[in-house]
Amino acid sequence: MTAFLKLLARNRLALAGLVMIGIVVLLALLTPLLPLADPDVTRTADRFKPPFSEGALLGTDHLGRDLLSRLLWGTRLSLAMGLAAAIIAATLGSAIGIIAGYFGGRTDNIIMRGVDMLMAFPYILLALAIVAALGPGLMNALIAVAAVNVPFFARNIRGITVGIAHKEFIDAARLAGMRDREIILGEVLPNVLPVIVIAMSTTVGWMILETAGLSFLGLGSQPPQADLGSMLGEARSALITNPHTSIVPGAMILIIVMGINLLGDGIRDALDPRLKSGALSRPMAATTVDRQGAVPAARTDSLLDITGLQTEFRVRDRQYKAVGGVDLHVKKGACLGIIGESGSGKSVTALSVMGLVASPPGVITGGAVHFDGKDIVGAPYEVLRALRGRRVAYIFQDPLATLHPLYRVGDQLIEAIQSHESVPRSAARARAIDLLKSVRIPNAESRIDSYPYEMSGGMRQRVGIAMALANDPDVIIADEPTTALDVTVQAQILSVLSDLRRERGLAIIFITHDFGVVGQLCDSVAVMYAGRIVEQGPTGAVLRNPQHPYTSRLIDCVPTLGGGQRKLAAIPGLPPVVDNLPAGCAFAARCDKAQADCRAGQIDLLATGPDRRVRCLFPENVTEHSI
Amino acid sequence: MTGYILKRLLSAIPVLLGISVIVFAIMALIPGDPATAILGSYATPENVEKLNRDLGLDQGFVARYFIWLGNMLQGDFGRSFALNRPVLDEVLDRFGATLILAGSSFLLCSLLGIAAGVVSAARQYGLADKAITFAVLLGISIPSFFLGMMMILIFAVQLRWFPVSGMWPIYGDRNLPVLLDHLAMPAFALSVVATGVIARLARSAMLEVLRQDFIRTARAKGVNERRVIWRHALRAAMVSIIPILGIQAGFVLSGAVYIEMVFQWPGVGRMLVDAILKRDILLVQGGVVFIAACYVMFNILVDVAQALLDPRIKT
Ligand code: SF4
Repeated sequence: MTAFLKLLARNRLALAGLVMIGIVVLLALLTPLLPLADPDVTRTADRFKPPFSEGALLGTDHLGRDLLSRLLWGTRLSLAMGLAAAIIAATLGSAIGIIAGYFGGRTDNIIMRGVDMLMAFPYILLALAIVAALGPGLMNALIAVAAVNVPFFARNIRGITVGIAHKEFIDAARLAGMRDREIILGEVLPNVLPVIVIAMSTTVGWMILETAGLSFLGLGSQPPQADLGSMLGEARSALITNPHTSIVPGAMILIIVMGINLLGDGIRDALDPRLKSGALSRPMAATTVDRQGAVPAARTDSLLDITGLQTEFRVRDRQYKAVGGVDLHVKKGACLGIIGESGSGKSVTALSVMGLVASPPGVITGGAVHFDGKDIVGAPYEVLRALRGRRVAYIFQDPLATLHPLYRVGDQLIEAIQSHESVPRSAARARAIDLLKSVRIPNAESRIDSYPYEMSGGMRQRVGIAMALANDPDVIIADEPTTALDVTVQAQILSVLSDLRRERGLAIIFITHDFGVVGQLCDSVAVMYAGRIVEQGPTGAVLRNPQHPYTSRLIDCVPTLGGGQRKLAAIPGLPPVVDNLPAGCAFAARCDKAQADCRAGQIDLLATGPDRRVRCLFPENVTEHSI
Repeated sequence: MTGYILKRLLSAIPVLLGISVIVFAIMALIPGDPATAILGSYATPENVEKLNRDLGLDQGFVARYFIWLGNMLQGDFGRSFALNRPVLDEVLDRFGATLILAGSSFLLCSLLGIAAGVVSAARQYGLADKAITFAVLLGISIPSFFLGMMMILIFAVQLRWFPVSGMWPIYGDRNLPVLLDHLAMPAFALSVVATGVIARLARSAMLEVLRQDFIRTARAKGVNERRVIWRHALRAAMVSIIPILGIQAGFVLSGAVYIEMVFQWPGVGRMLVDAILKRDILLVQGGVVFIAACYVMFNILVDVAQALLDPRIKT
């Protein structure tokens, strides 16, 4: 609760709302004590005095009544009406909601049907109908506004009650022989009360507005008594000649409702945990780059050369170093596997290449990515966009989530083509059909008009691959493309990929947590742990002779045929959280061979043979090639 | 799709019946003898007796409801004694004006609201976002009738850009430009609150969608950002925006009452307020049922739009 109040106080707008409302309420409460003129005494001689006149700070109205006094008394009445309506609506609505939610079944069904019917009305209309039946008047307007808000409370509170009605403590109370009435009052009500209060605080503004509205129409408070709405309604005929009589009450309604809305928003934000974690921010078109230090030069003349790449996530004041200095390169026609558990930084590495790491919170803080000799980290958006999909294409995991659910797959393919080339739609469509054929989708001519949800997982992933191929890219980065698929489909997809690689001379970066997959497809492999490469080498050599203890554990996880899902849980412990890496070897906590030295200081990635490197003080299987 | 529309039309029947029951029940709240209340100052013994016969007012509650419902189904909404003409004629005469006002307002709030929400989300925490957020707060806090009055003061009286009120000039041609001239202020004033509500929702729906994987896919394909936002993201966000448009349509339709009063717009809303003040109960009853039924029908349109947008909805 205190945390909540603190959050609320930190929200400056909410505070402003609180102050606005506080002042208005205080004034309304003090009104009878203030030295004000009688609000209802008419003085025809003093009609329409302008504001700041002698004896009438805000002027007078069409009957010569003091506007300041009328404003304060009117505010008092409007606030009271709104509050009363809110309390009545909340009480009745919550009672209905609790009964429906608690008893469930038929009772619930019938009540909620009725509530739905009421909600099918445009609700000002409903209020008008009620006033029409009861006749104009302050009380009747109050009843009408309260009544039309009952369904809102009923529905919300019912939802909460349903959740509570099935909790153990309710069952326990029933077993203990408590009667329904006792349970509702003693157990359910205290639990829903906070929700009722919050719902009230967010709707009281509406109710003030609505009662004022009815009074404005002449259906609420009747002369000489006036709330803000009827003041405005009476002033309307003099709007053009004496606007101050309209502006005074209108501005007050605006202040009240705005204050309540500000406060309500503040309360809502303070209660929303997603805001705190920053989970509500949207990623921008390209990852933010904030490089410190010099930009490293390319080490090789490879097509794609990643040097010293560092990417971190900045959430509040914490930094998660997802990628902590990675060097990788891939040549034309080669296939590089990147392997590691989730959270090892392998996907973030791959996404950093084309600036696709969600940002915020992602930031590339160091290193370079040379593509075709040019550094593209922090390149202008248009440069990146022209490369994306055209020269470096991605295939993602779970194509149900990564394909747009509302567009036909054909349209998504055509779009991929047309994003880089101005070809007429018919030509693009023909090419899209060819693409679908090239990934062995049967009946490509008809499948092209399917929606993603109409396809099987394997077919969808083929579409994903076809889309990556659409512009004949030089590099394909496949981020766990087979993880969501079953074993046979997985094998088919892999064979499609390896054929394409041979036919088109594609360079592939293949990200996975499965050594079995790497073994089938990749020439070389890099093993990542806690944002860094811990071992690197030709696939065959690494598989035969893993040198890092982590690598050999990963290899042990590969299932034997028919052994079902691979289990990374076979490695005890979890990867470290990358906002606070231990000194020395990040794997030390899970390593059998860990020594004191391992935790002492930075361990480098050292060559242990031709094309082989390992980041370990006590590597395994280091034989005659060791230095 | 035709099947789906038919299905939705059928499912509207119980809702319409429910509405008629609710209106009837509300009208039964009228204190005293119904015939006398309905007739008001026209309550001569002959009139009372005739009305009792026509509406079955001397019979039980349930019987009365069915007589009323039966009459309505035949297009007989009763007779307004104050205006001395059939209720339905009067409502239909007035409805056109309300439809023009509410319809253009609805268009305005949908377009402005969605555009503001999208821009706000795309520039989250930027200057445009802050400006829009503030404008939205102001918009949902200002009573439409007060806004309307201020607009008259500024744009009609001071600047003389628009006529002060009414739908048509007293003299002169009745053509589209003239209508638009008269429509601009009331339509805008009516749309402001709904625009704010829609903008807010559109913003959060867009933020939700922009974090989805398929947006990253679109970017990875090299689709340019404008298209990513306005096509890919907006289309997906529309799935949650459209139902809100339906609700806001109800607000605009019934909120027209205030605006019709402020701008002297000759619509159903003003007719209803006059009827309430004159205790012309049958006119109120007929008007309310008619508008509510229109709103139910409009919501079917909303559902159909949703089904057209989202192929996953079983049609
Ligand atoms: S450096 Fe030490 S702790 Fe780390 S993997 Fe090697 S042996 Fe294990």
